[in-house]
Amino acid sequence: MTAGANPLRVLIVDDEPAILRFLRTGLAAQGFVVSEAVTGSGVLESVRRKATDLIVLDLGLPDIDGLEVIRRMREEGSAVPIVVLSSRDDEGSKVAALDLGADDFVTKPFGIDELFARIRAAHRHRLQQAGERPVFRSGDLLVDLVRRTVTVRGVEVRFSRREYDLLRLLVAHAGKVLTHKQILHEVWGGDTDVQYLRIYVRALRQKIEADPEQPTHILTETGVGYRLRATD
Amino acid sequence: MSGLDGRPSPDALLAMAQRDGRGRLKVFLGAAPGVGKTYEMLLTAQARRRDGTDVVAGVVETHGRKETLALLDGLEVITSRHIEYRGRTVDEMDLDAVLARRPQLVLVDELAHTNAPGSRHPKRYLDVEELLAAGIDVYTTLNIQHVESLNDVVAGITRIRVRETVPDSIIDRADDIEVIDLTPEDLIQRLKDGKIYLPHQAERAVKHYFSAGNLTALRELALRRTAQRVDDQMVDYMRSHAISGPWAASERVLVCVDGEPGSPALVRHARRLADRMRGPWTAIHIETTGRREEARQASTAEALRLAQRLGGETVTVPGADAAAAVVDYARANNYTHIVVARSHRAHWTQLFRGSTTQRIISRAGGIHVHVLAEEPRAGNARTDGGSAGWPAIRGLTPGAWGGSILAVAAALGVALLLHQFVGISSVALVFLLAVLISAVAYGLAASLLACLLSVLAYNFFFLPPIYSFTIADPENVVTLVVFAVVAVVASDLTARMRAQAVAAQRRAKSTDELYQFSRKLAGAISLDDVLWATVHQVALMLKVRIVLLLPGEDGLAVQAGFPPEDLLDDADLAAAKWAWQHNRPAGRGADTLPGGKRLFLPMQTGRGAIGVLGIDRDEPGPLLTPDQQRLLDALSDQSALAIERVNLVRDVDQARLQAETDRLRSALLTSISHDLRTPLASILGCATSLISREAHLDEAGREAMLRTIQEEAERLNRFIGNLLDMTRLESGPLTLRGGLADLSDVIGAVLRRAGRILSAYQVEVDLQPGLPMLNIDMVLFEQALFNLLDNAAKYSPTGSTIRIRARREGEQVRLQILDEGEGIPEADLERIFDKFYRVRGADRQRAGTGLGLAICRGFVDAMGGTITAGNRHDRPGAVFTITLPVPAQLPIEEEDAA
Repeated sequence: MTAGANPLRVLIVDDEPAILRFLRTGLAAQGFVVSEAVTGSGVLESVRRKATDLIVLDLGLPDIDGLEVIRRMREEGSAVPIVVLSSRDDEGSKVAALDLGADDFVTKPFGIDELFARIRAAHRHRLQQAGERPVFRSGDLLVDLVRRTVTVRGVEVRFSRREYDLLRLLVAHAGKVLTHKQILHEVWGGDTDVQYLRIYVRALRQKIEADPEQPTHILTETGVGYRLRATD
Repeated sequence: MSGLDGRPSPDALLAMAQRDGRGRLKVFLGAAPGVGKTYEMLLTAQARRRDGTDVVAGVVETHGRKETLALLDGLEVITSRHIEYRGRTVDEMDLDAVLARRPQLVLVDELAHTNAPGSRHPKRYLDVEELLAAGIDVYTTLNIQHVESLNDVVAGITRIRVRETVPDSIIDRADDIEVIDLTPEDLIQRLKDGKIYLPHQAERAVKHYFSAGNLTALRELALRRTAQRVDDQMVDYMRSHAISGPWAASERVLVCVDGEPGSPALVRHARRLADRMRGPWTAIHIETTGRREEARQASTAEALRLAQRLGGETVTVPGADAAAAVVDYARANNYTHIVVARSHRAHWTQLFRGSTTQRIISRAGGIHVHVLAEEPRAGNARTDGGSAGWPAIRGLTPGAWGGSILAVAAALGVALLLHQFVGISSVALVFLLAVLISAVAYGLAASLLACLLSVLAYNFFFLPPIYSFTIADPENVVTLVVFAVVAVVASDLTARMRAQAVAAQRRAKSTDELYQFSRKLAGAISLDDVLWATVHQVALMLKVRIVLLLPGEDGLAVQAGFPPEDLLDDADLAAAKWAWQHNRPAGRGADTLPGGKRLFLPMQTGRGAIGVLGIDRDEPGPLLTPDQQRLLDALSDQSALAIERVNLVRDVDQARLQAETDRLRSALLTSISHDLRTPLASILGCATSLISREAHLDEAGREAMLRTIQEEAERLNRFIGNLLDMTRLESGPLTLRGGLADLSDVIGAVLRRAGRILSAYQVEVDLQPGLPMLNIDMVLFEQALFNLLDNAAKYSPTGSTIRIRARREGEQVRLQILDEGEGIPEADLERIFDKFYRVRGADRQRAGTGLGLAICRGFVDAMGGTITAGNRHDRPGAVFTITLPVPAQLPIEEEDAA
């Protein structure tokens, strides 16, 4: 997916020259076509020209708030994947960005590998949205969405309906973070307490993780939501 | 007040009786380690053994000294109990073995010892209590610094705080105390000769401890504590045997104040005397009756308040004979010194009875009496004239005149009627009744008038020849004289009783009101409360208008008033300022600025004026009677003390806050300059090495440099994260995003985040299956756990195991992080949660901010949990324990199993 006939065009948005320089170098080395913006209006402009395939967006921008940029993009119908850069103590704005339609986030400071993984997951997810992959495989976990069967280490595991719905949702967004609110909305269809979600995640982990205390499939993004690890 | 009446006090007898059946306790008390307490105890025990007493050694610490060991010879030693504690074997006295053996006397060394966990009692003195209760006599040893009430004093002297303390009650209940006394010089010599056992690690501190100055102070403490104990014992003995004191013991000073101008000097002298003797002192005022007494009340009250300000106690005792009352009080309360003034003047009563001072001296017996020469008196100081022993007619009001005359007239009427049935001597009794009634109702002057009238009437109407003042029969002359004498004496006695009763009532009333006021003040926390209570009380009790002024940034200003008042006119303000500056009354009726509307009085404390009271009243004339003046002084004093207290509390709070802020600021600066720069230095060093062409790095070298940059940057990031978390904690209550969360969920997340830090360690997660969900903020809790793991990694050798263990215990979940490092020094267990506090390692200072654990505690506390630090029992290593309450669990909706 890196270099090829149609290299991915990535727009990086940050007002810190040092961050821009390091992202530019790192992403270009991965074979992406990198463009840069330092303002929110510049981002919207670029999106309207359809000059970008994916955006790496810092939320603190000089002109328009980053959250506002996401909201306007989604209002204007743009489906360009967005990976948000945020600071650690700001779970609230991470969740807000994701709920507004951002695809994923990376917490500053971050390692470049982490950013690559997020970019790949967000991009792949967009490619898959047209048609779900019938079979998901990650490590010892195998989910067959057509036959509705789940196999862990070669053994078929049975789930309650809710558990299966939850797993299927995570599989559909494999590699990508889902906020509590998004999951609750999709699986419970409304305002259920996040505590129920935690109970179900625990139940799921009991069934699919080798060691539920140190999970390798369903990862907790503390304060934000959950992510199903996708092995690339 | 037992012993006063010569009967044993019930309390003292009861305390003695409770001793019966108990063993006797003897304490060998020393000023410092090494004075030879154990040696002396063994010596005494051997003597008892030779006398046939059944003695065993429960526990004796010989510290390997030969002389001491030799003294154990022939003594039965109870084998000590071995207790396993943190990998070591600790020997403790086998209490049960001693109880089973039931000797007459057991030796228990080191009373202040703390028993190893797992023993029956946490402290050895409790073992001793049990032995005593079982009727076994105990010999024990104790150093003075272990006595609870002296702990602070000793710490102040030696700058070493002793943690093992023994309650004073043990010493107070000891039957015998023997002070093992050694001069500081000898003791220091013994230290130099190596004859004193010292715990190795504390050697330097202990050497400071053994300075001559410290030892002298400690020795004095030991001797004085024992003297005090003996003193108490003696008082018990005296009370139970109804012996009147004093016995020579610690010195107590009693100073007699009356309203004479020399009283303040007398009080000050008594205080100096008591200071020299290091004993308590009391100012006593004997409230006799009589006109002179009235006039001196104000200055007496002033002298008593002075005594209070100087730290003495004060007492007022009613009594007709001042000398007898003073000496009785002194004897009953074991005073050893009485301070009195030389008598002021020679009036005629002294010719018969001697002056009060002379009579005190003659009655004092074993009590020292200090007689002070009176200071030369100012000419205008005395206002009353005449001799004190004889009443003046001046006190006779028109009402009393009339009342007495009416009483005598009524008596005359009754007597005339009775005379038809009884003889003239019986008739005299009717007149006597009139005299007594006058005395009770109107006082001495009126009753003397009644006397005179009765004598005249009796003579005129009853003694033959009647209707004339001449007396025919010489026998009747005698009758009349006797009647006159009886009437005078009776009226004098009755009048005195009345005066005392009136004085007592008045005192009781104002005492009660003052008591209520002081309670109100004691309950007041803020300055406003104190001020309001003051003005309200003064206005109420004295029926005056009042303002209260305190100094502020803009000078003296009105702070409270009743009725409320904010501003003073210029004349009043000037008077108030004068009163404040000169610490004397000013304004209406005073010597200074007498034309003002109000009278301003400074409010006094021991350290000078603290504010000014201003009072006024609509009626013209003097504002306050002497009585009211006294009351106002008392109210003002109490209020001043309360204001001072509030101010002191505020000052102390501010000082503490300031000190804390300063400490934190400097710690923060140190921390930032050191902890931010250290990783930056590594990063910069590596980066420049990579850029430099001269460094000639091979592939492995470059890799190492890059790894260092990464690790150090991550460390820097954690440090900044800690600073931010700390700021969050400091900036006010945390907003929690709670909800039930799964502990294993958080642990999984934190292990993922701490992956790189923990990569060099074995991590073992041991969670009890089926742990309940907990009400925690996942973000904060993850951070707290992260900090604990970071801490564990920092203090454990690489390759060791870090365990995370969680168990449900009743309605709590206990989460523990156990490492295999060196553990935490006992003294640091609580302090490690302080900001910027770091345990000093033996080898090096660990890199860190000293914030991580403070944040842990802050976060865990905010979530309603607790976090404590401890050491592992199974092996060296630290264990941090987080305890969280189990919340009500959600019902799990069990749906269709698909």
